[in-house]
This record gives sequence, structure tokens and C-alpha cells, in this order.
Amino acid sequence: MAERDALSLIEAERRRDIRSRWLLSTPALLIILFAALGPLFIVLVYSFLTPGDYGDVKWTFSTEGWVSVFLQRDIFDDTLTIADAHLTIFWRSIKLSLMTTVVTLIVGFPTAYFIATRSERTRELWLFLITIPFWTNLLIRTLAMLVVIRNEGLINTMLIRFGLIDQPLQMLFTDGAILAGMVYVYLPLMVLPLYASMEKLDFRLIEAGYDLYATPFRVLTRIIIPLVKPGMIAGSILVFIPSLGAYVTPSILGGGKNLMIGNLIELQFGAGRNWPLGSALSIALMLIVMVALLAYVRNAGSSGVKHG
Amino acid sequence: MPERNSVEIKSVSKVFGFGEYAVAAVDHVSVSIRENEFFTLLGPSGCGKTTLLRLIAGFEFPSRGEIVLAGENIAAMPPYKRPINTVFQNYALFPHMTVAENIGFGLQMLGRPKAEISARVSEMLKLVRMEHLAGRRTSQISGGQQQRVALARALAPQPKVLLLDEPLSALDYKLRKEMQIELKRLQAETGITFIFVTHDQEEALTMSDRIAVMSSGKILQIGSPHDIYDTPADRFVADFIGETNFLAAKVIAPGEGNATVELASGLTLNASAGPGLSAGDAATVVVRPEHASLSRPDAAIVLPALSGAVSNVVYFGTDTHYHVHLDGGETFIVRSQNRVMRHDPFETGDPVKVVFEPGAARVLRT
Repeated sequence: MAERDALSLIEAERRRDIRSRWLLSTPALLIILFAALGPLFIVLVYSFLTPGDYGDVKWTFSTEGWVSVFLQRDIFDDTLTIADAHLTIFWRSIKLSLMTTVVTLIVGFPTAYFIATRSERTRELWLFLITIPFWTNLLIRTLAMLVVIRNEGLINTMLIRFGLIDQPLQMLFTDGAILAGMVYVYLPLMVLPLYASMEKLDFRLIEAGYDLYATPFRVLTRIIIPLVKPGMIAGSILVFIPSLGAYVTPSILGGGKNLMIGNLIELQFGAGRNWPLGSALSIALMLIVMVALLAYVRNAGSSGVKHG
Repeated sequence: MPERNSVEIKSVSKVFGFGEYAVAAVDHVSVSIRENEFFTLLGPSGCGKTTLLRLIAGFEFPSRGEIVLAGENIAAMPPYKRPINTVFQNYALFPHMTVAENIGFGLQMLGRPKAEISARVSEMLKLVRMEHLAGRRTSQISGGQQQRVALARALAPQPKVLLLDEPLSALDYKLRKEMQIELKRLQAETGITFIFVTHDQEEALTMSDRIAVMSSGKILQIGSPHDIYDTPADRFVADFIGETNFLAAKVIAPGEGNATVELASGLTLNASAGPGLSAGDAATVVVRPEHASLSRPDAAIVLPALSGAVSNVVYFGTDTHYHVHLDGGETFIVRSQNRVMRHDPFETGDPVKVVFEPGAARVLRT
């Protein structure tokens, strides 16, 4: 029957389609499998094992790693108390990441607006300037920051030279130093998605707002912000996630005592020789990010713009 | 009816750029627009009409001159303080708001009470016949409907002046015709001064009370559609508005509002004239294609006539255009309305005489 032939042809075509789609995505799937899901699985398994004497793990099941994420066992009588140190570090990480996100948003918003309102040719130049910090290694950029803010650094020397202060200000090894460093490092990640959505903004809408008696502030809150919200969300996510797991910046600018989650994890795999705890902390960090993202996206989605 | 001025533009210039790159988009323009008038700024793109509109709206500020609204110079006032609203060329509706929210936006910004806003929004929706689409997003309605929403949004705060920046250019022909009538109706119903910008001379002629023809930042002529069409002030206006024939001529005797000229063919005629003519000058005689007619060369004629031969016949349905190659080398187009009974039509190659009444001709500076 001709009809059945046609149907089987369509079916064959469909199968070939599916097969070629799988074939084409094989490299990506392999990378995700071996480079992302695989290690993640190993980390998850390690978090339920016992620490080895010189690092590594012993293959004995234990929940001790997970218990010590939030609780600590007294060395003498085995009573469990809240792990204040860990909670402080988690809280500092979340607080500093949120502050980094807010500050980059406040600084990045006018920057992106400025670039988006330049002529098309100069826009490219400004964007190019924004990406220049990416040319230099993160470590070197952070060390440069250290040179500027340390006690004998540029800022303190200048302030003392001009007689504004007698003693150098302690800026290095504070939360403020970490915040400044992270804002500096992650600012481009905020500016670029903000610019991308502002560039698409129809500036005649702003004129329409002015025309309809909206003051500049009202134009900002009622027209510009609702329309560039997708860029604000994307930028916030791009800044918040790496901030939460930041390692280099807090370890150089925060010194030994202002740890963030990233440093705590590194400590467990290095000097602490407690891989299960390190693994459990890593998974916990991931869960925090996921929860924060879900909460943020849901919240932003409900009050945000639905473009037809 | 006493005519009061709504907007007075006093010697306004707008210069863009600096030094040798400076360009005067609007060059010493003065015009008084009357209350409750449908006033059109007409000109080709780049003539400064949109810049002039933006100066009135407050999106640009004049380099020189005054813009007076109700006795107050508003030249430096920001747009959100001017009782003037604009219908934008692309409508510029807010995509994150519904139709009703768009229309109510201006009133909301003015801080009017909620009840008043919703009453006014309903009234506006009714005025533009969009009641059934109040809750739609602006992306979910057609171009013609967006146009109506843009009008309603601009009219809702009851501005003293409504500015319209080529609002019909994005619509197709039929919708454009509909909206032309709609705009006239809205203007009559609201009694608001409309300042309309267009490059479409037909649109300007059919809708306006008065037209200002602009070119290179200057206003060349202000007048009723009739004035502009029948007695253009200069060659540019004659050329820009409608179709017209240009004949080279020489001024023999300039008069008051008229002039005697000699055409290239040797024909002498006395016709109404624009300004700035003196004896011996080269001039241009303009004759509208529909004001001339064709005759057989042997017909007895007392009117001025130019001889030539039909070089092309173009059929337009309602009328036919005959392109006549005059003996002197110039081309003259005659438009003749088509009737049911057409005997003895002119065909390509026929020798003819082009005939027009002296009153149909106008002498202008070349």
C-alpha cells in the first residue's frame, strides 16, 4: 500500500533524524558525563567515606563528613555542638556575595547604560575596554589590588603624604578588601549582560516616558528597569555564583582569618586532610547556589516582565 | 471666530555639531500655530520638520529662539513639564504594559486619582474604538490598533498641543486612508491643536487647515492647502507638492503679484507670479498637469498653446497622462480625466497643441 510506504518512509526519516541528533551531541554529552557529572559523583561518594591519615579516603561508610558541615564533635566527650566557625564562614560568603552582586549592579548599571547610549562605533571601543581586565590572570590582578591597599601601599602612602592620616588604615585582610576585590573581578560579568539587554532597549520608549510627564527617576523605575530586568537577572546570577565559591580573592585579600567557603573547602583537601568534609562542603555549596537561584528566578519571574 | 495662537515659534534655530561640521537642522524658523488648528509640517526627509517637532516636544532644546506656549517661553522646559504630548512614528508603546496601562500612564505620572484615571482610560478606549482590547499586551494587537492606542495615550492627559510624527507612515494604504479620516474626527471632537509632520504631500493636503512647507531647515511657505497647491511661493514648493510642469521663461514685465513672461517657444503670457522677479530675469512657469488639455494642431484656439507631439501615454484608471514632447525640447505632462465615452483618443506620435488658461500658469523665480 502506498499509504503504508509513505508512513514507513516518514518513520525512517524520523529515526534517522533522531540518530543524527544524538551523534551530533555526542562530544558535548561525553564532556558533560566525564568532566562534570563523573567528578561530581566521585565528590558525592567521597563525602560519605572516612578520611585517610595522609589525605585521600578510607573506603568505610561514614556520615561524619556531613555531620561536621554544621556540627562539631567535642574532642573529649563526643558531644555535638553547632560548628560556629563553619556557620560564620557560610554567612560571610553569602553576605559578601550578595554585597558583591548589589555593588556590581549599582556600578554596572550606569556603566552599561553609558555604553549602550554611545554611537555604534564608540560602543565597540567601550566594550573592548571593559574586557581588558580579562587579559590578565586573576591572581595577578588580585595581587595588584593587594599592592594598592596594603599598609605600605599606594592609598595609605598617599593619604599619609597629604597629611590626612598619621597611621596607615588597615584595609588589607578585611571583609571590605574581599568585597572590593570581588567587585573589581566580577564587574565585567555584570556589565556585559546588562549592556546586552540595554542595547536592545528602544530609546524612543524613554522619550515617550518623558513625553507622558514621567520625571527622569520615574522613567528609570517604570520604563528602563522593567525592560532591562532580564539583563539584571542574568548579570546577578553570573556574579553571585562565582562570588559564593570565590577562592583566590578571599585567600589573598582576606588573609588567613577571613575565610570564605572556597577557602574552607581548599583547607579540608590540603592542610586539613579531611576529604569527606571537603566533599560534603562542596556539595553543600552547590545546594546553596541551587536554592538561591531557584528562589531568585521564581521571585524575579513573578514580578518581572513577560515579553509577548 | 477670533483666532488665538497656541504655539508661537520665534526665530528658532537648532544647530547640530561644532565648528565647520555644524549643521543647522532648523534655521531661524518663525511660525505661529493657532488654537484648535490642524497644522502640518511638510517636507522631504532631512528638511528639519522632525527636529522642529522634537523642539516643540522638548526632546531637543533650541540653539536660539523662543517657543511660546500660552504666553510662556518653554524653550528650556523639560518635556515632562510641557502640556504637550506626542504620537511617535513607531508608536513607542510600552511593551511591558497593557493597552489600558499605556493609555493611563500619562495621567498616572501626573498623579491623578485612580478613579479619574480609569474613567478617562475608558473614555479614551471608546474614543478610539478599542474597548474590547483594554487588557491586551501591545505586542498582541495589529499595527492599526497600536496606532489607535498611541493616539489614545497621547490624548488621555488632555494636552494643549498634540504632536504627530509621521504617525501613518507604517500603515498600509487602506488603513492610512481610514486613519486620516479618524484623525480629523479626533481633532474635531477633542478641539486640541494638532501639529502633524509628514513627507506625504497628499496626506498634508487632505488633512490640514494650514501647511508649512520646509526645506533645508527653513520654512518656504505657510498657507492653506489651496494656497500651497495653487499659488506656490517658489519652485521647490511647486515641485514638492503634486505634479507640475516647468517651462523656462524670461521676465519681460514684472507686476504686482503677476508678471508678463516670454516662453522659449516665443509665446508671451501674463500670469500670477511669486516674489523676487525683475525684468530680464530667467524664470520658470509652472502649470499643473490637470489644468492643461490637448487639442489637435488644426483646432482654432484663442488660449495660449504650445505645439508638440505625444511621446507617451500612461493609463491610470481614473485618468490618463499624456507626455508631450514640445517643439522646444521640453516635456509637458497633461492629465486628462477618463470618461466613459472616449472618441478620437490621442496616441503616441500624434502632433498636438497643449492648451491652458493663463490663470493656470504661475511665474516663479528659477
